[in-house]
Amino acid sequence: MQRIGVFVCHCGSNIAATVDVAKVVEMAKSEPGVVHAEDYQYMCSEVGQAKIVEAIETHNLTGIVVCSCSPRMHEATFRKCVEKAGLNPYMVEIANIREHCSWIHKDMEEATKKAVILMRAAVAKVNLNAPLKPGESRVTKRALVIGGGIAGIQTALDIADAGYEVDIVEKTPSIGGRMSQLDKTFPTLDCSACILTPKMVEASAHEKINIYTYSEVDKVTGFVGDFTVDIRKKARSVDIDKCTGCGACQEKCPSKKSPSEFNRGLNTRTAIYTPFAQAIPNVPVIDRDACIKFKTGKCGLCSTVCAAGAIDYEQKDEIVTQKYGAIVVATGFDMIKLDNYDEYAYSQSKDVITSLELERIMNAAGPTKGHLERLSDGKAPKNIVFVQCVGSRCSDNRGKSYCSKICCMYTAKHAMLIRDKYPDVNVTVFYIDVRTPGKNFDEFYRRAVEEYGVNYIKGQVGKVAPQPDGKLLVYGSDLIDNKQIQMEADMVVLAAAIEPDPSVRQIATMLTASIDTNNFLTEAHAKLRPVESPTAGVFLSGVCQGPKDIPETVAQAGAAAVKAIGLLAKDKLLTNPCTAKSDELLCNGCSQCANVCPYGAISYEDRELNDHGVRRTSRVAVVNNALCQGCGACTVTCPSGAMDLQGFSNRQILAEVDAICR
Amino acid sequence: MQELINRAKELLNDGTVVRVLGWKAGDMPYNPEPAFFNSPEALDEFVYNGFCGANLSKYMIEASTLEGKTLVFLKPCDTYSFNQLLYEHRVDRDKAYIIGVGCKGKLDIEMIKAQGIKGIRGVKGAELTDDCETLTIDTIYGEKTCSFSSAMLGRCHVCKGKEHKIYDEIIGESKDTQDQERFAGVEFIESMTPEEKFEFFQKELSKCIRCNACRNVCPACSCRKCVFDSNKFDSTQKANVDSFEEKMFHIIRAFHVAGRCTDCGECSRVCPQGIPLHLFNRKFIKDINEFYGDFTAGETADGDRPLTSFTFEDVEPSIVTERG
Amino acid sequence: MSINQNEEFTPKIVAFCCNWCSYAGADLAGSSRLAYPADVKIIRVPCSCRVNPMFILRAFEKGADGVILCGCHPGDCHYSTGNYYARRRMTLLFSMLDFIGVENGRTRVEWVSAAEGVKFSTTMNEFVEKIRSLGKNVRLGDLRCKN
Repeated sequence: MQRIGVFVCHCGSNIAATVDVAKVVEMAKSEPGVVHAEDYQYMCSEVGQAKIVEAIETHNLTGIVVCSCSPRMHEATFRKCVEKAGLNPYMVEIANIREHCSWIHKDMEEATKKAVILMRAAVAKVNLNAPLKPGESRVTKRALVIGGGIAGIQTALDIADAGYEVDIVEKTPSIGGRMSQLDKTFPTLDCSACILTPKMVEASAHEKINIYTYSEVDKVTGFVGDFTVDIRKKARSVDIDKCTGCGACQEKCPSKKSPSEFNRGLNTRTAIYTPFAQAIPNVPVIDRDACIKFKTGKCGLCSTVCAAGAIDYEQKDEIVTQKYGAIVVATGFDMIKLDNYDEYAYSQSKDVITSLELERIMNAAGPTKGHLERLSDGKAPKNIVFVQCVGSRCSDNRGKSYCSKICCMYTAKHAMLIRDKYPDVNVTVFYIDVRTPGKNFDEFYRRAVEEYGVNYIKGQVGKVAPQPDGKLLVYGSDLIDNKQIQMEADMVVLAAAIEPDPSVRQIATMLTASIDTNNFLTEAHAKLRPVESPTAGVFLSGVCQGPKDIPETVAQAGAAAVKAIGLLAKDKLLTNPCTAKSDELLCNGCSQCANVCPYGAISYEDRELNDHGVRRTSRVAVVNNALCQGCGACTVTCPSGAMDLQGFSNRQILAEVDAICR
Repeated sequence: MQELINRAKELLNDGTVVRVLGWKAGDMPYNPEPAFFNSPEALDEFVYNGFCGANLSKYMIEASTLEGKTLVFLKPCDTYSFNQLLYEHRVDRDKAYIIGVGCKGKLDIEMIKAQGIKGIRGVKGAELTDDCETLTIDTIYGEKTCSFSSAMLGRCHVCKGKEHKIYDEIIGESKDTQDQERFAGVEFIESMTPEEKFEFFQKELSKCIRCNACRNVCPACSCRKCVFDSNKFDSTQKANVDSFEEKMFHIIRAFHVAGRCTDCGECSRVCPQGIPLHLFNRKFIKDINEFYGDFTAGETADGDRPLTSFTFEDVEPSIVTERG
Repeated sequence: MSINQNEEFTPKIVAFCCNWCSYAGADLAGSSRLAYPADVKIIRVPCSCRVNPMFILRAFEKGADGVILCGCHPGDCHYSTGNYYARRRMTLLFSMLDFIGVENGRTRVEWVSAAEGVKFSTTMNEFVEKIRSLGKNVRLGDLRCKN
């Protein structure tokens, strides 16, 4: 039996003006388990807290009920207070008689009655409280960053600068990501490579950063502070330590027909290749599907010309197992496939391209060496039409419901760059809305309209029809003039929606990080914890969490790094003690609880049990206290009641129900 | 039946299995009961006839903890239960040798009695699983007849199909005996006024004597220790007629098996008071199908289950009020 | 039948509120002085998914006239998925209660965010009004009648 003390706070007149505090004290005295009850002006004050400490000592109290303001306000205060008196902090319950009572009721009799009932419920609960102790878990002082684009690079740099080891895992042969494919960046029109390359070099040269390119995360086990990750280093067929990056192999490679991923398939590359000139590491990989040596056994030219002897056809995938304290996901995005948008003739005409393809065309290292030309006939276009929101803000199932956020700005950028370099080219942009919130963004867009004479038409393009003469006939609507328009274009650029890189699904599953219906990773709180995954120790950087531009991505990358650093800086983690706990004698081992656990905190073990004298080996659920956040989903799924939540147990909640309904 | 016995003996003799889970004759010709057979000789008592409605899946929980493989005979609908138990890790596939046994509908002696046939000594036509249109019932008042389908178990009228969902081999042919609308009973109650519904269930539930037969037979209700027998919810107060469990037992039981119940109908079959308990389960199944898409527990041993999965667009609980 | 028609029916109403959204929404209703009847008593749970149908049935059995469950809006759950499970469970439970003839206004689920003090108060006012119109809960306290 508990020895409970009830402390009723006046909160000045906040409570006392509406609730008869003395009556609550008097009623408390006859509640089961209550051995002491008193009231005070301000329970949370030094004096009030001293009263609690004193009463604990005088009356040997084992449980405390404070009738006061919301537990969200002072639960922590009173927990600390009782700890000073040697009581377990989880032996405190708060009856919220301010926000839930005195502040919303006017009639004193009614409010007092309710306050008494709330007090009773809290007393009934405390009667069943048990001391709880937070667990401890260790922290491996090393971070893993999945994805080597600008988000991953920035996060890795920031973590490494704080003095922690960081590994970057990048699935392509080079770090750099989407940003490396861009020509210029808004709103300042810097050359993308000029600002990205130094970051790539810095990351690769950083003594605390270790980069695994052409590698993927294979398996993740463990939990916050103590993840174990298997990284698959895919066989590069080139010895990364021996290769000098001279490029002779690529010059001699006879297999030249593979579409270049880096140039979005607009031109081709050799079977042995580095994706782009500034690739880091500057070590090629052999595309085994395209390599003649791998396909027929004959060739081996690259090996012959390699002075360093770096070519290794026998190389195999290698698994590296590493421990990490924190994991940052920075898997980025890709453009959606345009299969559902036949009306824009993307698959029918080479001159209908996506914006990312235009970036490559505009880039000096791209397939046209930076000359703006039609891919069908190499002619210079005279009229270019940009179509916004292709697959974004879609109300049907063809595209994405969300706004891809970056398209308005990059389209303004493209339009401006084209008008700047080719003043005789007419540029028309069809838009639904132009969305340019951001520093210097709207100014940028207005320059496109006002200074560069880009023709913005509010309306949607319904159809792009390739003509026999190679022109493209664009059918659209002008919503402001309320008319249908037809115009001829030499080139149509589609601002296709962006979507999370498809690899993120598998990664999310491995990390038990939640993902939304659009495959964006979910943040722990949309407003207050935007760079943390609900899964402890997993952080989000860049577009994997939602569409963003480069400045936002870099800012979020830094924020994710800070959160990771905050975790790595700790030697030990204290875990929330209000976690689920399974009674192994009652557990059926049915796995239903694990199916609803958002944190992957429940695993199963075959345990040797002594069930009232009968020995048996049974599969039982085991909760990992470091992972469990205490939501309780498992407890309701469990039919036998084996799974219960500490601090909010079935019996505690039922006791409250009974007290209220008494 | 002899084919089943022969095959079982073979499997026992060649060491594939160490025991057989089947049915043996009960005290009356129409109440065979589940039984384990540990030797070829013991199989002489084995029976398989029209009254072998009992679903043996649940016994495989126990068999899975024993040494060696168990040969189990499962009718098509029983395999759903086995699959669901497999999904829940309650049975061990490696410990089971499943013979999918042919079924052309199973009989319920209560259905025969309900036709006014009394003093039953035996039922001809029920020995085999072959097609049989008419049953001849030997009673102390002479022979009576009734149609096979009129004597079928309730669940056979809403047969899930003749396919075994999991098996190692199949012996005998099966038939889909569905001749009634599965949700007709549920819909009938749904069409009542709240007062009529309440009156109906109050009357039915008041018959309950808490014998726990429904719980014991149910393959989904297979907890090591039932929540109504533990102190986890303060719900063990058998002596108290007004207690929580007395009123809520059947609702909670149905809720606990919702999304897991294979609608095998054993609960209603075994209820000594004749309470149509399957209506609760079937109501949940109907709702699950309507709200979350058609789902049959135990159709597969993997995949999502309705109460442990969700979609963003799920209906709100207010649908219950809104649909009137 | 109550002989004293003047005696006002004061319902017993249990409100389960999730700690992160709805309990905070109730706090906001309080600090904004948005009144709702004292008949409502709140029980704090970590998440709407913590609410076991047993709790609700128990409340009715012990004399509650209405039970309401409040949680974070779908998509906003602090634990990311808890309210989705709660939504399915409660939908099925409420449908079952309706099936056995319990007035279906006695149970309700409402998603209330930490910022929705007004919604919390309005919801509680409406719910109490509904329960008052339904009167005392007899059926769930008396599902099984001996004799």
